Amino acid sequence: MPLRIIELKGSLFTLSVVKIYSDSLELISSSLSKKLASAPNFFANAPMVADLEKVDDTFPLSELVALFSEFNLVLVGITHASEQQKSYASTHGLAVLNAGKTAPESTEKPEIPPDATNAPAFVASKIVRGNVRSGQQVYAADTDLIITGSVSAGAEVIADGDIHVHGALRGRAIAGAKLNPHARIICQNMQAELISIAGNYLLSDSINSDLWQQAALVELNDGKILISAL
Amino acid sequence: MAKIIVVTSGKGGVGKTTSSAAIGTGLALKGHSTVIVDFDIGLRNLDLVMGCERRVVYDFVNVINGEANLNQALIKDKRVNNLYILPASQTRDKDALTRDGVGKVLEELKENFDYIICDSPAGIETGALMALYYADEAIVTTNPEVSSVRDSDRILGILHSKSNRAERNMDPIKEHLLLTRYHPERVAKGEMLSVDDVKEILAIPLLGVIPESQSVLNASNSGCPVILDEESDAGMAYSDAIERLLGETIDFRFLTAEKKGIFKRIFGG
Repeated sequence: MPLRIIELKGSLFTLSVVKIYSDSLELISSSLSKKLASAPNFFANAPMVADLEKVDDTFPLSELVALFSEFNLVLVGITHASEQQKSYASTHGLAVLNAGKTAPESTEKPEIPPDATNAPAFVASKIVRGNVRSGQQVYAADTDLIITGSVSAGAEVIADGDIHVHGALRGRAIAGAKLNPHARIICQNMQAELISIAGNYLLSDSINSDLWQQAALVELNDGKILISAL
Repeated sequence: MAKIIVVTSGKGGVGKTTSSAAIGTGLALKGHSTVIVDFDIGLRNLDLVMGCERRVVYDFVNVINGEANLNQALIKDKRVNNLYILPASQTRDKDALTRDGVGKVLEELKENFDYIICDSPAGIETGALMALYYADEAIVTTNPEVSSVRDSDRILGILHSKSNRAERNMDPIKEHLLLTRYHPERVAKGEMLSVDDVKEILAIPLLGVIPESQSVLNASNSGCPVILDEESDAGMAYSDAIERLLGETIDFRFLTAEKKGIFKRIFGG
């Protein structure tokens, strides 16, 4: 096994962001010293990101770096920077960060996705007690379909979800009718005319003869219909 | 309480009319007052099989339209007591049957008969739908071959969804499988579906298995229901079916190929 030299991993670190509202380095300096006086050790060598949104595009980044080091702060990156500032950063080892959402400041209520409160209620499976006869068609909208008997030749069972046939499946079974690729067909006796999942279909001719008249599970694998014994 | 029994199949030529005639006659022989109603408007056949074609004056459609009353249209069988036939009209078509009209006639028949046998036309159109609509029980006549089985399956679906009992959420129609034109030798050779194959596909109780027999053709041609031919295997098989319809448990006969030999010489045939 080769010796491990490096390893790439994603990780999260907390950085303090210094939002700068004034172009005057003197004012920034005095504000910083006041802030740091309250907790000098806490900020010692602390990594900082400068938010340049409110300052001039030509604000001298080099002088800001020097000012930060005076206060024993390490400026590691900038955000909301102008093109000019970005090019300085790239040549002086500073990261250019795209600010995500900053938590405070905004008074907006935290957004709750509409689905979370009235999440789609659990849709009960549709059940057919008995057989589905030739010429009959059963559709389970937005849910699974369970047939306790058999599905005759010439009958059609369709579901947006899975289809379970507890007898023989001799007709057509169409699962994932709204193109759900995770839909499955499960039957106790596979003799289907046609099976389809999310628009991919297989005719009886193409069903492996080893699985014919056997209990079987049909699913989609890489866009191809896969039948396996139960 | 009178029972309405439809003899149906979906497919044509499987033996609905022959079976209607035999079953109706068989029930009458057992002492139940029975009427057989021909729903095949425009293709009237039941009167021929029952041998009463020369006695048809008024028909089912006349009664529906109020042009005749039931007593004028009903034909009494000359051989069997308690047996009547209500013939179809030969000059009209199936649209002459209305749901209300058929309902009214059947209600009137129910007052006078124990069993009303409805001989359905083939297909799944008006005539067949009318014949099965008011049924309490259904005898699904099937030949042991795939197209007949599939059509029977289709009819079973219609019995479940389009009958009066289904529409009113009453107890479902009681279904019986009647396998006709069964040929044990050809089944043994794999040329025909076996009883078990058909039972497995249709999944309804077996009422009877009628062997393919020359006696059926002879009976139809002579206008005498085959059940009256007590010597024939088909007649005996229908008699067994009647016993089962009336709730008896009877072993099935004529399911295996006949061994030619001493038995044949003794019993003839």
